Amino acid sequence: MDIDLMMRVYPFFLTAAWVTVQLSVYTALLGLACGALGASMRLSRHALLRFIGAAYVSVFRGTPALIQLFILYFGGPQIGIQLTAFEAGVIGLGVNIGAYMTETIRGSIIAIDKGQREAARTLGMSGWQTMRKVILPQSARLMIRPLGVNINALIKGTALVAAISVVELTYTAQRYIGSTYKPFEMFMLSGVLYMVIIYGTGQAIKWLDRKARIV
Amino acid sequence: MTDQKPFLDIRNAQKSYGDLEVLKDISLQVQRGQIVAIIGPSGSGKSTLLRAINDLDPLTGGEVWLEDMQINKKLPHRQYEKHINQVRQNIGMVFQHFNLFPHLSVRGNVTLAPKMLKGISDDEANALAEEQLEKVGLLDRIDYYPSRLSGGQKQRVAIARALAMKPKVMLFDEATSALDPELVEEVNLVMKKLAEEHMTMVIVTHEMGFAEAVCDRVLFMDQGVVVEEGPPSKIFRNPDNERTQNFLRKHLANANR
Repeated sequence: MDIDLMMRVYPFFLTAAWVTVQLSVYTALLGLACGALGASMRLSRHALLRFIGAAYVSVFRGTPALIQLFILYFGGPQIGIQLTAFEAGVIGLGVNIGAYMTETIRGSIIAIDKGQREAARTLGMSGWQTMRKVILPQSARLMIRPLGVNINALIKGTALVAAISVVELTYTAQRYIGSTYKPFEMFMLSGVLYMVIIYGTGQAIKWLDRKARIV
Repeated sequence: MTDQKPFLDIRNAQKSYGDLEVLKDISLQVQRGQIVAIIGPSGSGKSTLLRAINDLDPLTGGEVWLEDMQINKKLPHRQYEKHINQVRQNIGMVFQHFNLFPHLSVRGNVTLAPKMLKGISDDEANALAEEQLEKVGLLDRIDYYPSRLSGGQKQRVAIARALAMKPKVMLFDEATSALDPELVEEVNLVMKKLAEEHMTMVIVTHEMGFAEAVCDRVLFMDQGVVVEEGPPSKIFRNPDNERTQNFLRKHLANANR
């Protein structure tokens, strides 16, 4: 293993790791927004909204994220959508992970015992008041861990945007392999940095989950 | 207490799920301050009838009135929601499984709805919580979370939570069925206290002794119909109907086992 080479190139990998972190944060935020919207549609009283929510989930979970990215980035310009690679990466991955998050959020909402809703409604609270003050505070705690799993998957999924030439960890490794012919060292460097990011995120999720636990 | 016009009036209640008829044309009038027990085997429709009173399980036919207000009005969704939320503030309900809000303290449980729906201040809400918890004997648990309470205490908090809305009627859906036997009495005592204060109550129960001691009237339901009704002394001591006799005999046999 060429340690010298790794020591020489690692600052470039740190820069790339920062891009991966930024990608992950924006993607997670967009994913959560899509997930919240998707879940509220899936749980809507209106059949049309339920259908749209279900269609969203099955389309984006039912096709490879890579194809979704390609359609957006390479196919987009054909229908007048011009995006930078980074933007396309965030939007493509965010909307994709949002489909998974839709199911996570929906699941943690319907997991709350129906007696909770009944108790609130019999006191005279409206459906929305019940959701806001009784159901969501409880399901929010339930959804921390599974959303953490989604976010973990999303961070690893950012490697896909190398394919649309966003200069993040995976793309950087490939680029340095092109000039050094040392795939083992380069991929190891990226792999370790991915692990650091994912470990850090995992710890943050654990902390949040502990903090939110009901006394 | 001799109002001729019933306070709570259920007229020809019908409820079916597809082909299954759960309530077959049931009428029930409750006067102000009256306490009515509904007894019967499981699946007889007694909980469904109780839950129809605040439209938690909407009827498929018939009407429910509280004073001059029809509860189960057919309205467009938005108007219905507005109407029913208003109506339900007058009807307290206590469930078999308590359904306390686990993320809120006892105080939070009792004050949530009054604060949100009656726009009262924090101070007023606290005073209200203290008053209601005093009544159920749990003032010292005001800052506890439900997970730290016993079943009997949970149910008493649930009663306090319902009372904090100052309801005109209280509905009890097998309030003591999920409790360990030694915890039943403390809940029964609270209900007796309400009875002494002339709270109008409809109670679905398996506690025949309690029903006999507290209620003005008992309905025996089986297979979606009221088989027999009358004063507790009549229903429990000298029922006319064979089904009532059988039910009570079985029940007594189980209780003595």
